[in-house]
Amino acid sequence: MTSEPTPQTLIPAPQLQISPEKLTSARSESEPSAVRLFLNSRGSSGLADQGFAALMLLCACSIFAIVGFIFVILVLRSRLSLAQFGSHFFTHTGWDPVSGDFGAFPFIYGTLVSSLLALLIAVPLALGVAIFITELCPRRLKAPISFLTELLAAIPSVVYGLWAVFVLVPIMRDQLGPFLVKYLGWTHLFEGANFGVGLLTASIILAIMILPIISSLTRDIMQAVPNSQREAVLALGATRWEMIRIGVLRNSRIGIVGAVMLGLGRALGETMAVTMVIGNHPEVPHSLFAPGYTLASVIANEFSEATGDLYLSALIEIGLALFLVTIVVNAIARLMVWAVTRGAPARIS
Amino acid sequence: MGVDILVESLNAWYGTTHTLQDINLRIPANHATALIGPSGCGKSTFVRCLNRMHETNPDARATGMVRMGEIDIYKDASPVEIRRRVGMVFQRPNPFPTMSIYDNVISGLKLNGFRNRRILDETVERSLKQAALWEEVKDDLKKKSGASLSGGQQQRLCIARAVAVDPEVLLMDEPASALDPVSTSKIEDLIFHLKAQYTIVIVTHNMQQAARVAENTGFFLSGKMVEFDSTHKIFTNPRDKRTEDYITGRFG
Ligand SMILES: Nc1ncnc2c1ncn2[C@@H]1O[C@H](COP(=O)(O)OP(=O)(O)OP(=O)(O)O)[C@@H](O)[C@H]1O
Ligand SMILES: [Mg+2]
Repeated sequence: MTSEPTPQTLIPAPQLQISPEKLTSARSESEPSAVRLFLNSRGSSGLADQGFAALMLLCACSIFAIVGFIFVILVLRSRLSLAQFGSHFFTHTGWDPVSGDFGAFPFIYGTLVSSLLALLIAVPLALGVAIFITELCPRRLKAPISFLTELLAAIPSVVYGLWAVFVLVPIMRDQLGPFLVKYLGWTHLFEGANFGVGLLTASIILAIMILPIISSLTRDIMQAVPNSQREAVLALGATRWEMIRIGVLRNSRIGIVGAVMLGLGRALGETMAVTMVIGNHPEVPHSLFAPGYTLASVIANEFSEATGDLYLSALIEIGLALFLVTIVVNAIARLMVWAVTRGAPARIS
Repeated sequence: MGVDILVESLNAWYGTTHTLQDINLRIPANHATALIGPSGCGKSTFVRCLNRMHETNPDARATGMVRMGEIDIYKDASPVEIRRRVGMVFQRPNPFPTMSIYDNVISGLKLNGFRNRRILDETVERSLKQAALWEEVKDDLKKKSGASLSGGQQQRLCIARAVAVDPEVLLMDEPASALDPVSTSKIEDLIFHLKAQYTIVIVTHNMQQAARVAENTGFFLSGKMVEFDSTHKIFTNPRDKRTEDYITGRFG
């Protein structure tokens, strides 16, 4: 097809020879330049590099050391209760310091359920905030909204707790609770007395607390997606939403899972605000309105008044349970990332 | 069939920089039209005005009229409708890194809800063959991702993605700048085939290429179109001294 003869044109044939003057005219032949002399004098720098590598290895090892150390201390200090209850401790319901009956199940349950519920509320919101900031927001509003989101992350959790006690609890009791009963009562999730404090209230305050961290991390990840990806989708005739879905969300999904996991980590360990509104009742809640208890809250509430070695030891084993729950949840998250990305590497060209 | 493109007093800005100044030309249907000119003269900007990609840049602005067949693309249609009819190959390859090669090629069809398996399979094969990539990737269409290809392969994948939607107009911004001579000549073959059905606009720095594939050539210089004529005329007997200087290499 292309064999059609090109017309006789003015285009000059490519010049392959370089004139000898051009090669030598740049500098005289014998003297190396100052730059070359300097670079040649620098040696291999091998020792400095090895030293640096060793230093970094040390830093990396310190992480293992810290994790190992914490684990060992937790096990050692809780050995009394470990010996008494064995693995039964983690599945047993019952918390009676007077009769010396300890089981961590309600706390594990409360921690997991309140954190997961918080994620359920916070992740869609956080994604919405991040999408709005990176893709839709007029540029004048970008900085103020980003700043406000970051400010939310800086508020101490006890302040969130106070706000929850004075604002969220009454709203929950008088408006949101009855509303949920009326429209979602058929799910049987919203039953029993609603005093305003309980699992759902704790989840909402947790969601508010992890919202900023998830949304600002997600925003950074979305901003790092190269514009050429957005253009590629748009040029195919995509609407704005399709561009966001394919060009932005798809390219940042691994980072988003990471951000969600950081948020979950914070929710699992959050103590103060949750303690103030969850109701602190060591039983497996049968409804989202019912009071519950979390691992972190029970340690914070009872550590100072724990009398007796077994009681103290049981509380430390609660700490051990929190440690393990965090590790297991993170491992599951890794597996999820792996499952999502299998087959398609994360690289962005 | 392709459609004529009529451009009248097109102006484009990036912020306050007046990047395209009063461009007028008529790009005929079912022909290939080459755009040449020194780096930074506004070729990419011009091409991006033809499918309304220019306005996706928040600082950018364009005025003037661009008609595609019967449609004034800035008045009578939404950008989305225009871009569905106009395929584009960008200067830098931009395949979707999280999609397989197969999904990359059909991304334009899937996006619009096209689901017929058999036709999708056929489209993938046809498009990859047209883009001269089929032989290299046919065994791992669904295994390899778009990002795992070499730079030149990525560019050909992007060409396949653009032709998969059967556009009426195909805009190619230096499609062959990262390709070896064999792939380049295959892409030129593709342009030869496609111009029977489509209107093709190709930006190129390679003047032999312009001479080989395009019936008409426009020469751009610092945001203005200096000359637009048949390729033969531009390369043998240009009207403007600046055009002659540029194509004979005496430029600047
Ligand atoms: N996103 C942008 N923001 C601001 N200015 C831009 C942008 N893109 C291009 N320009 C400017 O517009 C002018 C034209 O750029 P354009 O990309 O159209 O040139 P080009 O002819 O395609 O060059 P090349 O051959 O190097 O690709 C240049 O001076 C460039 O600096
Ligand atoms: Mg360009």
